[in-house]
Amino acid sequence: MWYLCMFFHRLLDYRKAEVESLAELFGYVGDGLEWKLPQHHHPDSPFHFVNLPSEELARTIANRSILIKGIYEVWGEGGSYEELEEAIKNYPDDRKLPYLTADSTFRIIVDSFGKVMSFQEQNDRIKGLAYIPFKGRVNLKSPEHKFWLMQTDDYGVSNGLPPVAQRTIFFGREVGAADRKLLPTYQLKSRNYLGPTAMDAEMAFLMANQALVKPGKLVYDPFVGTGSILVAAAHFGAMTMGADIDIRVVRDGRGPDCNVWSNFKQYGLPAPVALLRADNNLPPWRPSLKEVFDAIICDPPYGVRAGGRKSGGRKLLKGTVDPYTVPDDKRTDHIPSTGAYCLSECVHDLLDVAGKMLVMGGRLVYFYPVLREDDSRENHFPEHPCFRLVSSSEQILSSRYSRVLLTMVKIGLYTEEIAEAARIKHLEFRENHLKWLEDGNLHSSVFASTDTQLPATGDAKFSKEPRRKYRGKYV
Amino acid sequence: MRLLTHNMLSSNIKGVTNGFPLLIEVEKVIEKPVDFNPDFLKNMFVKVDWKALVDASRSLGYAELPEETPESSVIDSDDFLRKFHHALLELHLEEGALVCPETERKFPVSKGIPNMLLHEDEV
Ligand SMILES: C[S@@+](CC[C@H](N)C(=O)[O-])C[C@H]1O[C@@H](n2cnc3c(N)ncnc32)[C@H](O)[C@@H]1O
Repeated sequence: MWYLCMFFHRLLDYRKAEVESLAELFGYVGDGLEWKLPQHHHPDSPFHFVNLPSEELARTIANRSILIKGIYEVWGEGGSYEELEEAIKNYPDDRKLPYLTADSTFRIIVDSFGKVMSFQEQNDRIKGLAYIPFKGRVNLKSPEHKFWLMQTDDYGVSNGLPPVAQRTIFFGREVGAADRKLLPTYQLKSRNYLGPTAMDAEMAFLMANQALVKPGKLVYDPFVGTGSILVAAAHFGAMTMGADIDIRVVRDGRGPDCNVWSNFKQYGLPAPVALLRADNNLPPWRPSLKEVFDAIICDPPYGVRAGGRKSGGRKLLKGTVDPYTVPDDKRTDHIPSTGAYCLSECVHDLLDVAGKMLVMGGRLVYFYPVLREDDSRENHFPEHPCFRLVSSSEQILSSRYSRVLLTMVKIGLYTEEIAEAARIKHLEFRENHLKWLEDGNLHSSVFASTDTQLPATGDAKFSKEPRRKYRGKYV
Repeated sequence: MRLLTHNMLSSNIKGVTNGFPLLIEVEKVIEKPVDFNPDFLKNMFVKVDWKALVDASRSLGYAELPEETPESSVIDSDDFLRKFHHALLELHLEEGALVCPETERKFPVSKGIPNMLLHEDEV
């Protein structure tokens, strides 16, 4: 059945991918969902119709989602209130009457886009629905049934919403809605231990949804930092594990009550099963161990100057001199030096570890930075014979850079031959991406904290615009 | 560090062919209760290296696990699952070291976190 999905006007490119992932998480099998736009609506519209096999599935998806404001069974739609009335009257009684009975409680909510509606006007609109035979009692606080009257006015692109050529009015019964209360609870502002690249709560939850996190699953973040991605995974019931090359970040934090562990304790979440210091370039997993993680979710360190490090700096940087040998008496407290870890190598290692360590059907979810001038980038996402790309969702960070959330699923067993084939692919990939190496700005533009990322790029054109206004993939 | 982690790690020093299992040098062991999750345990049961887990739990002073790799049917026994749960998830090496079986190189464990980073001449 077709349901109307109303999205929060955020992260436009992430919205359908989230719904598709949640459908799969809750048992939908099939080749992706069927979508359609309301007539005359722009693809960036907050309204989309989605075809779902059951109301139960629609509700579960909505309840778990971050970007869905609500999912509705539409009783009627039209370009005017007259058209709407006719449509609602024509909607079959057996779909309407069970929700209008005398022993039920209900509430009608009016929502408008592109225009602010006064209280009076809203009340008038509700009264205008008198042709629907509501028999139940009104209950504003906790009604059994919520009905929505949603109106988009005809406006151009200027007022902060996507252009709509023609006014549309929907009337429908709410089937489910998102729990955005999660976000204030987990917002970074309230987080005990924070780092400069901590993942904001909304994105961390979205990543956990893309990764199909659910209770009892084991989720790994090889670049765990302050643990903000794993916090979201733990909220959805997963067992978590994290590694980082920086011992101060992963072990010490800012003291006994301000570290990665305390970030879980703060929300009453179970502590990670393991935190360790390890280099993703030389993962310390025993060779016989395979297919143990249900998902790998991470925000890898990109860029050269401010980006990732890997073990063995001196040896790497000065390739011509003898490898540096650590004197025996200095070994215990020795702090190994590290070398730069470039984007393509970092991604190659990530795919290799994921290919080996994920269960079949397990998901790898990670950010990947792209230059926006690069028109042909569709073909430039990293590939691996063990994986199929499920979705790519772009978030534009500045006039030049975007980050793309890639979701991949493991579809092939990891073998030595495959690892070798992937290595060859990686070398080709690296050829094409050498330019990234020269670009030291990438890291700061991609991983600046969310509130400052636009101004941080020094792009005056964008920094003047307040956040949240309609800017397509900027929101 | 829980023994589940110990069971997954090996010494990956260049040239080492048999870096697993790492020996355990104990300075401080602590126990922390963890919610009992049978599904997760059943999942992990088929992944763990049994002998490594038994030896590791003994070095931490817990001798309740059977020496021989149990038949897969034991996972239906609540008594077994509880012991497995305790050994795998509730025993922690808080301070100590993991020792490479081939080179005796020590990977320190401090504040419960194993430091698996290699030195320049080990990569
Ligand atoms: C973009 S941050 C991730 C931050 C994390 N999502 C958080 O919430 O705090 C990347 C992290 O990768 C770590 N890192 C860099 N190179 C690494 C490597 N070779 N292996 C493992 N971790 C590495 C850095 O120390 C940093 O904490």
